[in-house]
Amino acid sequence: MMRFLWPLALFLVLAGFLFFGLRLDPREVPSPLIDKPAPAFSATLLADPGRRMTRDEMVGKVWMLNVWASWCAPCRDEHPLLVDFAKKGLVPIYGLNYKDQRSAGIGFLRSFGNPFTETLSDPDGRIGIDYGVYGVPETYVIDRGGVIRYKHIGPLTPEVLAEKIEPLVRRLNG
Amino acid sequence: MAERWLLALLLVLAGAAFAKEAAPLATDPALEARMMTIAGELRCLVCQNQTIADSHADLAVDLRQQIREMLQRGMSDEQIRSYMTERYGDFVLYKPPFKATTALLWVGPGLLLAGALGALLLVLSRRQRLGADAFDPDTPDDADELAANR
Repeated sequence: MMRFLWPLALFLVLAGFLFFGLRLDPREVPSPLIDKPAPAFSATLLADPGRRMTRDEMVGKVWMLNVWASWCAPCRDEHPLLVDFAKKGLVPIYGLNYKDQRSAGIGFLRSFGNPFTETLSDPDGRIGIDYGVYGVPETYVIDRGGVIRYKHIGPLTPEVLAEKIEPLVRRLNG
Repeated sequence: MAERWLLALLLVLAGAAFAKEAAPLATDPALEARMMTIAGELRCLVCQNQTIADSHADLAVDLRQQIREMLQRGMSDEQIRSYMTERYGDFVLYKPPFKATTALLWVGPGLLLAGALGALLLVLSRRQRLGADAFDPDTPDDADELAANR
């Protein structure tokens, strides 16, 4: 009897692993940037290319960075959530307009609302590379010391905002 | 007829316009070869089972350009690899380093092989201890077979 039970047991263990594997998302690459200083940047503003902003200007406050583009469909789905979240006034959200055309980016904000305190331009994706962006939208929470505390890859969901980002921002601000 | 010629001309011109956007070819073949070697060891994050060298994804094109520029600045292969892992983690390396989090990845196949060989040895040594008649195909196993053979 045992000689038939052994293969069955092995099969069940293997099936268990495979079943668990089904629920893992291979696209979710754990970011090595968590708990590391946010990479430095100096970017022009989307609204006014004559002005620049740098990372060092952000030190001293908790802020969120949302990487988006007008050509990115999931960004469109996520956008109303950001607009609502910005209205709460918990934390300033800065946008990074990634590999986009200026006019298209401005048009996107005009038609879907602008949740961003400022939007930075990254037309050639260099800042994106420094932040390890590989699929827009991506969202970062950065603390007062300029350290990245949280990163979300893909469109935000109401659950992520309510259960992860909001408590974290409150704790960092508290 | 004139319209047709105009259309043909426009199509040709459209091709030319696209041609301008083609990937920048190497000005220095040696540098391009080094870049491709490094890019061949890096995973494209967008299309995960391709290397950065193979992929046509936008990000891969950007990263190849980044590697090209870093090589021009005289950075070593090792410096470029660590630049990539600082941003995307060990996951970008097709040959991840051996450390606590990747230990199972590296020794796992060896462990499985050792386990399988161990099981094989166990079975074989057990069989060796059995009498020769245990392997005799003509030996009836149970009463039913005994009855059938009779």
